[in-house]
Amino acid sequence: MSTYADPYASSRETTEGTVFSVTGGDWDSLVTEIGQAKEERVVVNMGPQHPSTHGVLRLVLELEGETVTEVRCGIGYLHTGIEKNIEFRNWTQATTFVTRMDYLAPLFNEAAYCLGVEKLLGITNDVPEKANVIRVMMMEFNRISSHMVALGTGALELGALSPMIFCFREREKVLDIFEFISGLRMNMAYIRPGGVAQDLPVGAVDKILATVKDLRHSFKDNEKLLVGNSIWMKRTEGIGYLDLAGATTLGVTGPVIRATGLPLDLRKIQPYSGYENYKFDVVTADTCDVYGRFLIRINELEQSLRIIEQCAEKLKSLEGAPVMVADKKIAWPAQLAIGADGMGNSLNHIREIMGTSMESLIHHFKLVHQWNL
Amino acid sequence: MTENQQGMFGAQGTGDTSGYGGLVRSQANAGSAQRPFGGYFDQVADDLERAYPDFADAIERVVVDRGELTLHIKRERLVEVALILRDKLKFEMSMGVSGVHYPEDTNRELHAVYHLLSVTNNQRIRLEVSVPDVDPHIPSLVEVWAGSNWNERETFDMFGIIFDGHPGLTRILMPDDWQGHPQRKDYALGGIGVEYKGAVTPPPSDRRTYK
Repeated sequence: MSTYADPYASSRETTEGTVFSVTGGDWDSLVTEIGQAKEERVVVNMGPQHPSTHGVLRLVLELEGETVTEVRCGIGYLHTGIEKNIEFRNWTQATTFVTRMDYLAPLFNEAAYCLGVEKLLGITNDVPEKANVIRVMMMEFNRISSHMVALGTGALELGALSPMIFCFREREKVLDIFEFISGLRMNMAYIRPGGVAQDLPVGAVDKILATVKDLRHSFKDNEKLLVGNSIWMKRTEGIGYLDLAGATTLGVTGPVIRATGLPLDLRKIQPYSGYENYKFDVVTADTCDVYGRFLIRINELEQSLRIIEQCAEKLKSLEGAPVMVADKKIAWPAQLAIGADGMGNSLNHIREIMGTSMESLIHHFKLVHQWNL
Repeated sequence: MTENQQGMFGAQGTGDTSGYGGLVRSQANAGSAQRPFGGYFDQVADDLERAYPDFADAIERVVVDRGELTLHIKRERLVEVALILRDKLKFEMSMGVSGVHYPEDTNRELHAVYHLLSVTNNQRIRLEVSVPDVDPHIPSLVEVWAGSNWNERETFDMFGIIFDGHPGLTRILMPDDWQGHPQRKDYALGGIGVEYKGAVTPPPSDRRTYK
């Protein structure tokens, strides 16, 4: 089996049957050869770098004719050993890692992690109200940007290009807000154990409200394109059926389980970060299919906007309130922040930290720098 | 924490750039909690005792910490308890199987932790099973919660806990031919070269002189 006629379209015999190597070369000869085989069953390796697998996913598909009868997934290609790395870092440094766990939901990862750290430290109730309001607001913005990618790329997959253009336009507006508030569009490490990294910049509430108004108007474009669209419905209705029993035994949550009619939403049943103080509805569907999950995402956009508006109202009365716990052994005393000019801390701030506040200097050294020695 | 756990690039003393140098960790070893546990935990414990007569024999320890209930279970009884929790106490969902490695805890080095959620009663509890490193076998719960399939594969991959009865216990994240289980505390961070098509990129510890 060592001589190959064509190194880019070869075949060899194994105990499992004939193995064909296909690299985009001679499809005709492949089809002829497979056609001659007695067995209908063909095992196809798809990926790990295949145009229709998102991220780096590898699928091993078992086909009977055109029907996929079995699929095995190789999901390890994006495994980065974050937990192992965090073993060697301090608690604040770990936010830099967890924010990268899912690039579409960085703030949710940060929030989940920081809530856990705060519980371990026993400071859950010490987190200032303003930090909680900012967290909720940022998470809801993040939900919108994440849903936008889900809807946009989902439609793209089914052959509709326009929704993706619209969805990514909306996502950009949300990312602009992230950049304005945290300094970064993605992977912000903005939520920290004890609060958030820095206070809102000047004029944030007005900008947030303007963006909410803009988004609410723009979301109508997406709805018009897809909701009730017959081509879209033909490709999503009854597809990916997973009912309540299946979802519970598999431990599936989120829009997938809400599409079975169960209003499972931790923001309502086990509220965190003050979600019990906001008015919003849990969106469900009863179709158990892709179309139901799509409708849930569409309708959750409006609920997120509602929550953000309530956050903005609360933030108006929280001007100047703290956004981090007072304990300087948890919060970094230097209060590093981007100034209004986007240029980082002012010289006066640095001068005060370095020159006049001995305690800040010591704490900053102990918390930030000494770890690195 | 073990002696051979070091900074990222294996450096000692002042060359360590890992952020690990000054960290001192103490192991909390809470004893068994006494009743009342508080909240719905007493209700859960009562219901379990009623539905499962061997409760006292199966449960090694009950831990209530920071408002969370953990039941430490003997591994021989795990499947029975899980079935009763699912069917009688309505813990319909298993949200994951975590592994923990306590190298200092002789004969109980490896722990598997199951996070259960009851949608019906809006409750959460945790099951914990500990096994010795030399005999890392735990019965699989795939038959109880199908979602445990991938969770157990991950815990096997990262910690080397073998789940007996699992339909296909293979590595899920690391390559099939990987040596060792990376999440164990005695597994060093870094130090592994990357090989691709015959060419090897050395690990950072060999590329730079942090030592």
